Amino acid sequence: MAAITKQKEPFVRIAKRDTIPLWKSILIRLAAILLSLLVCAVLIYLITNSNPLQVYRSLVDGAVGTGRRTWNTLRDTMILLAIALAITPAFKMRFWNIGAEGQILVGGIATAAVMRYCGDTLPTFVLFLLIILVSLLAGTIWGLIPAFFKAHWNTNETLFTLMMNYIAIQLTSFFSIIWEAKKGSGTIGTINQKTQAGWISTTFLPQVFGKFNYSLNVIIVLTLTVLMFIYLKYTKHGYEIAVVGQSENTARYAGIHVKKVILRTMALSGALCGFTGFLLVSGSSHTISTSTAGGRGFTAIIVSWLAKFNPFLMILISFFLVFMGNGATQIASEFQLNESASEVITGIILFFILGSEFFVNYRPIFGRNRKGEPS
Amino acid sequence: MKLSKALAVLTMTAAMAAGAVVSANAAEPVDAADVKVGIIYVGDEQEGYTYAHMIGIDEMKEACGLSDDQVIAKYNIPEDESCYDAAVDLAEQGCQIIFANSFGHEDYMIQAATEYPDVQFCHATGYQAASSGLENMHNFFTSVYESRYVSGVVAGMKLAEEYGADAECKLGYVGAYSYAEVISGYTAFFLGVKSICPNVTMEVKYTGSWADQALEKETAEALIADGCVLISQHADTTGAAAGCEPNKVWDVGYNVSMLDAAPNYALTSASIKWGPYFTYGVNCIINGETIDTDWCQGYTEGAVYITELGPNVAEGTQEKVDETWAAIADGSLHVFDTSTWTVGGETITTTATDDLADLYHGVEYISPDGYFMESELASAPAFAFIIDGITELNQVF
Repeated sequence: MAAITKQKEPFVRIAKRDTIPLWKSILIRLAAILLSLLVCAVLIYLITNSNPLQVYRSLVDGAVGTGRRTWNTLRDTMILLAIALAITPAFKMRFWNIGAEGQILVGGIATAAVMRYCGDTLPTFVLFLLIILVSLLAGTIWGLIPAFFKAHWNTNETLFTLMMNYIAIQLTSFFSIIWEAKKGSGTIGTINQKTQAGWISTTFLPQVFGKFNYSLNVIIVLTLTVLMFIYLKYTKHGYEIAVVGQSENTARYAGIHVKKVILRTMALSGALCGFTGFLLVSGSSHTISTSTAGGRGFTAIIVSWLAKFNPFLMILISFFLVFMGNGATQIASEFQLNESASEVITGIILFFILGSEFFVNYRPIFGRNRKGEPS
Repeated sequence: MKLSKALAVLTMTAAMAAGAVVSANAAEPVDAADVKVGIIYVGDEQEGYTYAHMIGIDEMKEACGLSDDQVIAKYNIPEDESCYDAAVDLAEQGCQIIFANSFGHEDYMIQAATEYPDVQFCHATGYQAASSGLENMHNFFTSVYESRYVSGVVAGMKLAEEYGADAECKLGYVGAYSYAEVISGYTAFFLGVKSICPNVTMEVKYTGSWADQALEKETAEALIADGCVLISQHADTTGAAAGCEPNKVWDVGYNVSMLDAAPNYALTSASIKWGPYFTYGVNCIINGETIDTDWCQGYTEGAVYITELGPNVAEGTQEKVDETWAAIADGSLHVFDTSTWTVGGETITTTATDDLADLYHGVEYISPDGYFMESELASAPAFAFIIDGITELNQVF
């Protein structure tokens, strides 16, 4: 019997790695990206007959080809990054906050309301102070509601936060009609188009950043990134979040007030989402509609997880995703390739990156009798 | 890396150079070979409304003798700041004229127009060009209500043949949103049918989407179940027609011929030709002329038409259609003639009243000749009365 089992030993076995040197893990990931680009190139050529290199060039051109395009890509990167940062504390605590969309929208509604009603009367500094306060508050409330139920009655936060999204979307539709620009159109239109009151300036330090720039958005979010890194890694709060995420019982045993941590962390997560709503409305769209968050509340989950909750890695991943998305517009105009083409490319690359994580954590063993394996 | 950087620099320099040329010759003619046209589409070729614009751009290229690389198109641009990004990007690439085709693009076009005073921005279905006070911002639309009316005549002929001209049939209409553009369209269609069958009534149901194949089909089926014997639509897919064919109900479409979706029951579709405006706009650039702030043309200028008649239209339909077009062209027929419709049993004689200020902002739309001056004061549709005989089953904004 034993002899037969040995003959049937599989060709490949998978074993978990204990540790992996940094250079090796980086190499595996780089190989994955290169391979994915190769697969995409073959696919592009087979399906569209276009030169894949030209398609890639046009992708790069679309994302960072001009100063303006680069700023747009940076602006969108910062939004995605901000959302990823916002949901990270909750996810690290294993609180599945898939309600970022809703928390962003209520923050956006709050911002739009202040811009509309106080834009003409308040001085700029006070106006922004008020906008930031109410957007933080709105997001906090939206985040606290599911957290409260979770902390006290252990309700399912995934469903709860998801359903809160729909309420926020309906609220947005409601205000779209209350504030609509033209009766029946259902759109609010650009708020304060003439006065630009409550708009985050796009002409900050023109000598340094060029005549038109989104540098303020970038500065705000990068500051947030550093703060979040410190908060998660070097503060007592951050430690408590990690412990609650690992095991609530351990946390209780260690004397951590779990309910308080859940409430506090979701308040923070919601507040930051609300703040992103402010960045979106004041800093780029200058209006609010049901598509303002545009699914980014979900994309941010991928960003946060792929980065393993490391804020600095999130910068890279958000940039990559936005880069592909913005580059896509250019492929569409230049090669008449539908935007879906870039979604296919992004999908393939993400597939390979996720796949590479497998090889970082596990290793295939071919045949038998490798060193360190019991034979 | 170096190559792409060099390319980027090159594109930027080219863009700046082009920008400089335009500003120096704001009203000077531009050689046709140097014209660059930008177009922002809300959808792509899979969406009927955008597809009609794409055909229009092709016609313009042919008419003005432009090559493919003189037209830069941006597809699937949503009605948010992406439109501003797209418009500014096109301006930076050296386009002298930029078109956008969806209602919600307007604010973002205005924002871009403020920043690029030497580039002409032309927006379809919008209404703010005149009030924006910008010389380079323009609105355009077509008198599509004329083709709606004529498609109604085709429908009326069929109903008269099948049920008799006095029959009290019920029509169904699949609308997108409850606002002027849609209301104006279905009222024109309804008046067209009524000109043949005076006793018809119509039910309107809104989907809340410009393009949702499944929902439009479902809505058409609901209307059919409700007793409607003919369905028309103001939404962009072939969904309604697909709901008509299996139920053996007549269909009048929009944008494109519905004969593929309903080979036996499609009668015709009301449609728009965007080519004439694109050609007009680009020619203005070539000739150094000023573009109209509000442009709206109809049948006479070839901007609206109805698609080919289906195999089962009533006898004599073509003659009646020709007759109606001729009457519209010579001005003897006004689609919104106030003697043909009432609101709450009353004939409307003025729109400049306080009661109607919400809809018409105190503007007088009723001409001394007794008709509603649709698209004469501004290019965007304004007619927003729900006239007697039409029932809205829901309202979606």
